[in-house]
Amino acid sequence: MLSRRIIPCLDVRDGRVVKGVRFRDHVDMGDIVDLALRYRDEGADELVFYDIGASPEGRSVDRDWVTRVSRLIDIPFCVAGGIRDVDTARAVLHAGADKISINTPALERPALIGELAEAFGVQCVVVGIDSIREADGQWRVRSHTGDPDRTRELPVRTLDWIVEAQRRGAGEIVLNCMDSDGVRRGYDIVQLKAARAVCGVPLIASGGAGTAEHFAEAFAEADVDGALAASVFHSGAIAIPDLKRELKARGIEVRDV
Amino acid sequence: MRVVIVDAGGANTGSVRYAFDRLGVDAALVTDAASIRAAERVVLPGVGTAVQVMARLRELDLVDTLRTLQVPLLGICVGMQLLFSRSEEGNIDALGLLPGRVVRLAGTPALRVPHMGWNTMRKVRSSPLVEGIGPGDRAYFVHSYAAPVTADCILACDHGAPFAAVVQRGLVAGTQFHPERSGRVGARLLRNFLSPDFAAGPTP
Repeated sequence: MLSRRIIPCLDVRDGRVVKGVRFRDHVDMGDIVDLALRYRDEGADELVFYDIGASPEGRSVDRDWVTRVSRLIDIPFCVAGGIRDVDTARAVLHAGADKISINTPALERPALIGELAEAFGVQCVVVGIDSIREADGQWRVRSHTGDPDRTRELPVRTLDWIVEAQRRGAGEIVLNCMDSDGVRRGYDIVQLKAARAVCGVPLIASGGAGTAEHFAEAFAEADVDGALAASVFHSGAIAIPDLKRELKARGIEVRDV
Repeated sequence: MRVVIVDAGGANTGSVRYAFDRLGVDAALVTDAASIRAAERVVLPGVGTAVQVMARLRELDLVDTLRTLQVPLLGICVGMQLLFSRSEEGNIDALGLLPGRVVRLAGTPALRVPHMGWNTMRKVRSSPLVEGIGPGDRAYFVHSYAAPVTADCILACDHGAPFAAVVQRGLVAGTQFHPERSGRVGARLLRNFLSPDFAAGPTP
């Protein structure tokens, strides 16, 4: 039986792993390869690297560290950040990434999703979505979230975008619920359930994990395929082996390491 | 040992090469028939679509070379799917080294396609290729198409319906999962493929 995936997310800036709260005030968390190996050893099922400076700065991801990670890591990893054309995606995949995740560039030019799916197969193409609940009660997407000063409010409804992204060839959706991101009060189960109802490809929860209970809720209630978190893993607040033991005890299928 | 990886344009050729590197084997990326024929082990990876990888093999004029290979061959993911006669992905003729037709996985609301993540496998037949890989072990899959469970199936996996996770017929073998990204299980399979025992082939 397919296991639910635990996915540490490493935000990368200038070749280092950083973490901010609500996308601001980034703190250095360590070397990319050191952290990647630590999470692999602890039983992470997959890793996501977001080059958070790339998209706002209008450049693509630095491929050197992708190669360094790929040489040493024997679990899958996904790379995001400023990938806005097929050639750049190819270079990142050839450097050793298993999947590429696009967010802002997909919103700017939705046809990019189809071009990547056509070139590499849908299984390589992850669409990341930053979503926020607005005053009228609707969830809508944000772009350029790597830099709060450049973040843009778009009129696109999150659920509509999930449907369109799949239609265009997204093989996986990572839904980052910005209202809960970085504050450790739990994943946004209501939003994730709404997303699940319209999402036929794997759905990954992001934003808000603080305890093992939060992961269990996301899997059991919102039926997500994977759960992504950053600060709770970086700080040591949650150790992945403990988390997996806890999930297993609740009858949630996980990979033993 | 001379191990070559056929560079058919698949995006995971680099990661497969690094996986052999971690086992202490320097595998070369090749695109010519002579290098393939001179090798002791040949690996055909493939991330992308069956149509693209097959088109690239034709373009490189490697179809006959692979069909008539006399040394162990390991297809990975799409590379394994292309070992079969046909693929529903693009409705193409593949290498035809194994009988059978690769079809699209049928999803349901509870079973997402692509099949993505770590899944368990069950033994259909014994082979030195899967020595040390037991029940409960998980490997990393990411695919939307899959090969049927036929007489050549060694390990089967289930995602709604059963499909072949590892196949072997004589010197021709394949894995639907990604050994280069499947931790200890993947490393073990690659080591088994390099072992002299591999040529003994599956037993019923």
